[in-house]
Amino acid sequence: MRVSADRDVCIGSGNCVLTAPAVFDQDDEEGLVVVLTSDVEGPVADVVRAAVARCPSGALRLIEGQEPPAGP
Amino acid sequence: MTETPVMPLHMQRVGFDPVDGLARVRENGGVTRVVTPFGLPAWLVTRYEDVREVLSDPARFSNARRGFPLPDEVELQLSEEEIAQRRAGQLLAMDPPDHTRLRRMLTPEFTVRRIGRLAPRIEQIVEQHLDDLEREGPPADLVSRFALPIPSLVICELLGVPYAERAGFQRRTRRQLDFSVPIQERLALQRESREFMRGQVVRAKAAPGEDMLGMLVREHGDELTEDELIGIAGLLLVAGHETTSNMLGLGTLALLCHPEQLALVRDDPAAVEPAVEELLRWLSIVPSGIPRVTTTEVTLAGQTIPEGELVMAALVAADRDPALLDEPDRLDITRGGMGHVAFGHGLHHCLGAPLARMEMKTAFPALLRRFPQLALAVPYEEIGFRGHHFIHGLHSLPVTW
Ligand code: HEM
Ligand code: SF4
Repeated sequence: MRVSADRDVCIGSGNCVLTAPAVFDQDDEEGLVVVLTSDVEGPVADVVRAAVARCPSGALRLIEGQEPPAGP
Repeated sequence: MTETPVMPLHMQRVGFDPVDGLARVRENGGVTRVVTPFGLPAWLVTRYEDVREVLSDPARFSNARRGFPLPDEVELQLSEEEIAQRRAGQLLAMDPPDHTRLRRMLTPEFTVRRIGRLAPRIEQIVEQHLDDLEREGPPADLVSRFALPIPSLVICELLGVPYAERAGFQRRTRRQLDFSVPIQERLALQRESREFMRGQVVRAKAAPGEDMLGMLVREHGDELTEDELIGIAGLLLVAGHETTSNMLGLGTLALLCHPEQLALVRDDPAAVEPAVEELLRWLSIVPSGIPRVTTTEVTLAGQTIPEGELVMAALVAADRDPALLDEPDRLDITRGGMGHVAFGHGLHHCLGAPLARMEMKTAFPALLRRFPQLALAVPYEEIGFRGHHFIHGLHSLPVTW
């Protein structure tokens, strides 16, 4: 799964940073979202889904990619 | 003379809770007609999904079309100049791209990291207030000694307004937002507040400090008019102390009424953040944001609303919608998440949310750890909830320990 952010839409609420600090940050100059790692899998993916749902501005998008092949 | 206006459905409460009639609207039509506290007809939207839809679409639901809507007969008495001044810098009375332009100047000041740097100072301020309470001993009014002064001092330092001015701005804010105060007096108070802020802005322009007013003057001085600076600073001062203080007062009372949950907040550091989110949701102290105006005919929950009508998004109803979570009327701090709309939604989502969260997550546990025996000093029935206020809260909270 991939996550992308539209900084033109972001209002810098910080909800995503508080929800998934390993994946989202805000830059110091504009206070807007920065995606630290756009490929997210496994347990992190659930947290990122929550962050996307909690984004007040609709700046975050999920692109459900191919899941890695299921384990043995 | 004090009026006792009938408050619209979503602004009526029984203690902490919205009235049953609000839930009935949410369950039945979802949308109903109300009269705003200013006497203007409006549509009230109650369901979580509809509330989010209204707040996230400024093209159809405009903040700028009416600004802060006043009754026609009052608005007609105001000069063009005063109407323009009332709007200048008021983020909540703007749509994109004007809103975007101003909000972008402020977002870097409120990032999670920037607010994180304030943590030590906020902790210190909280401890000082607890020291004072402890020294003087019980009983004490937690609203005037803890809930109100802490966010007031924090926003004063952040903005660069002398804390010595607090008695004046706290009183003006409280009365300006109280719908039982006659409208003419409230307008007079708004003028007084603007003049007060003008003084602060003039001072900051002459000698810009390291605070937020100084930053705005230094970095954006040529892009902002004096009225815009006054508007921005005024909104930050009001929103910065009146909201968090009511969360601290009501939130403490809510925990006192739920002793097991209080114990968790006191004893388990991991419980604090979810508790703050659940208290925000359950209390939804801002019952609705400012009214939006439809720019076109819209349909919400099957109801057609013509163009040019006021729409109020009932945050308090959305936050108690079973579509958001199970058993929404129950306070359960262990399930706290950020899906609520207590800070609003969309592009006007609260600018100060990271600051308010930091203040609450510092103040609640510090209070409960300092006074593990904290208890009401009067029977619950004697606690005075504010009835006619834009923001839900308590008149006072007498406690002992
Ligand atoms: C727990 C405390 C707080 C609550 C519940 C709260 C709630 C809200 C809500 C519901 C809105 C949206 C109103 C609407 O859409 O009509 C809002 C906007 C706003 N809040 Fe807060 N707030 C809190 C604390 C603060 C603090 C501490 C500050 C400032 C330091 C602040 C500054 C603002 C500003 C400037 C806006 C307007 C944003 C815009 O229009 O873009 N708030 N707040
Ligand atoms: S939650 Fe949304 S609006 Fe807030 S900082 Fe993240 S991307 Fe921006």
